[in-house]
Amino acid sequence: MQQHPRRHRPPRAVSATACALAFSLVSVGCAAERDPDVYTIMNSSTDEPYHTWDGEAMEACGAQVGVEVRQISVPADQLVPKALRMASSNSLPDVLNIDGSDLPQFAAAGGLVPLEEVGISTEGLSEGALSIGSYEGEYYGAARSVNSLGLFYNADVLAEAGVEPPETWEELKAAAAELTEGERYGLAISALATADGVYQFLPWLWSNGGDERELSSEESVEALAHVTSLVEEGSVSPSVVNWTQADVNDQFIAGNAAMMVNGPWQLPVLEEHPELDWVVTEIPVPEAGDTPIAPIGGTTFTVPVNNEDPGRERVAGELVACLTTAEAQLDWSTKGSNVPVDREAAERYRDLVPELAPFVDQVRTARSRTEYVGTEWNTYSQAIGTALQAALTGQASPRSAMETAQARVEAQLGGRS
Amino acid sequence: MTMTATAPRRRQVLTKWLFIAPALLYMLLFFGYPLVRNVVMSFQDYTFATYFTGEAPFNGLDNWRAVFANDLFGASLWHTLVFTVGSLVGQFGIGMALAVFFSRRFPLSGIMRSLLLLPWLIPMVVAGTVWRRVLDQETGVLNESLQALHLTSSAVPWLSSPDFALLSVVLVNIWIGIPFNMVILYGGLQEIPAELREAAVLDGAGPFRSFFQVTLPMLRPVVTVVLVLGFMSTVKILDLILALTNGGPAHSTETLGTLTYQLSFLQLDFGQGAVVGNVLILVSMVFAVIYLRANRGGVTR
Repeated sequence: MQQHPRRHRPPRAVSATACALAFSLVSVGCAAERDPDVYTIMNSSTDEPYHTWDGEAMEACGAQVGVEVRQISVPADQLVPKALRMASSNSLPDVLNIDGSDLPQFAAAGGLVPLEEVGISTEGLSEGALSIGSYEGEYYGAARSVNSLGLFYNADVLAEAGVEPPETWEELKAAAAELTEGERYGLAISALATADGVYQFLPWLWSNGGDERELSSEESVEALAHVTSLVEEGSVSPSVVNWTQADVNDQFIAGNAAMMVNGPWQLPVLEEHPELDWVVTEIPVPEAGDTPIAPIGGTTFTVPVNNEDPGRERVAGELVACLTTAEAQLDWSTKGSNVPVDREAAERYRDLVPELAPFVDQVRTARSRTEYVGTEWNTYSQAIGTALQAALTGQASPRSAMETAQARVEAQLGGRS
Repeated sequence: MTMTATAPRRRQVLTKWLFIAPALLYMLLFFGYPLVRNVVMSFQDYTFATYFTGEAPFNGLDNWRAVFANDLFGASLWHTLVFTVGSLVGQFGIGMALAVFFSRRFPLSGIMRSLLLLPWLIPMVVAGTVWRRVLDQETGVLNESLQALHLTSSAVPWLSSPDFALLSVVLVNIWIGIPFNMVILYGGLQEIPAELREAAVLDGAGPFRSFFQVTLPMLRPVVTVVLVLGFMSTVKILDLILALTNGGPAHSTETLGTLTYQLSFLQLDFGQGAVVGNVLILVSMVFAVIYLRANRGGVTR
């Protein structure tokens, strides 16, 4: 769907009149007029200390660019609906910090300015940064840091049981079985049908050569069979179908699981429990020597189209550039335990935070969820989530679950075009 | 003569309308408009881009066809039915039993009655989150208690098995709905003159007979109100299920409410979401009409 980004906007006078009319009728707030001197950045950093850290970074960049910057934070799951509402009233913030998997939809709708137009070059960007911030070859979102998944394990428990950290699926299966004892399961994962669970299934799917576009392929089915067998053998709790990634972390901390699949963003919580001796390593691969391919996650700074005052887009671009320099990336990543997307910053990060080095490696080979399927990711994600739960709860065999998923995707995409 | 008679009457009519106008305007704005908008939306290709372009081309019956072809829709309809009937039977049965129990005064009955109101005061999402912990297969209090009492040999997968999840959700909703049923039915019971029951007892009716043949018929209008209001709040359930199971596992607790949410806000297909929403409104409307009828019947008698 090729569409010029700046079409179909209702003329300003009309929307202003409509707004005034609505206002006089029901006296609810219309989109507030923008304060010309203040630049707004909307993100999902509602939690402390992230909110303060972000505020500091924005203030510094505001000072550098010479404008005042205000941070608006809304809960992650409300960010897209809120941004959509703002889009329909022409009041999007100057910079929108959205999740990489939501970017294609905003870009396809013509809501974002290609960053090269506002003076941000793509030269020297790492593959990961390009992949997460691009849609159809155009670079729309600058990532500051990304994250991925790793295998966390409780070093004390593994040492006590004499189990080596697993590197292949076979080893993982054996280790998980060995470590399961009494109340404790060998491994904890999230298998929700929504984003959390699908995100965690992707390393198995992709590392095995499976693909969301070919869910019924042998490799894809094998990946699901692998996860299912862990639950069937009792090394993974059947409750994982209801666990978010935060729940998985809680179970790991409580000692109910010896290993877990999780991301670096759990570190602030893990660090509240210094008695826990955890280590993180790369997610096991099907066979020794295989490359682990995990999903890359993270947010990107985008510049929404501003028809009323295109001059602001340029300043917004300067803010984005300032917020995503190598230094800013390194600073943010060390604080928030993410991985810088800049190659050099990532190497320096490895030295600064050696315990998280596996994530640096994992990110290097990771790919974004929307790389191939773009705006249709949600359709694939839902089909995968359904298949995952159907297999884990024994409703369907891995093969028939994946075949159903494939058929569902085809029916939905076919019905739409 | 006739002229002078109609003028004041006309003014009277005008005054009447002026009194009704604010309410009518309010209804049109806040009920009429969204309702019509939702119906229109179900015939539009309403997607992500619509927010930016303001364009949602009409696509005829495409949304309706897609929803009815989706096997999740049939499953959701069935789950909604089971959920609603199960919840209502449980809520009403236990609520009625408690109301009858508390209608005889005994020491501390007032305090106990107010304690039983607590579930009603807890926000749905909070109740859902707490119950999610209680029902957890490994660490939940319920399974630990059941096993300690040797009532079950192994942990029951309350929320993690598709065979149990719907039952668990119904049980939690019954727990939430009992206070409402009890309070309204208790109020209704207070209205029934004690002489009637005494007379029945004197005539030789046992407790069951006096309940079913005196109390229940007298309570009929209240029972209809309780059931219809209960139906309306149960059939559109969303928050509780999202907090408890998120519609899973394997879509086993997907209802019309969660399906609308899923289609509109996760899949961002507002057109298809509107279709399911319309079905939900239609179902509710049927029962609203039944409610109004029943109510009118009660008043004229």
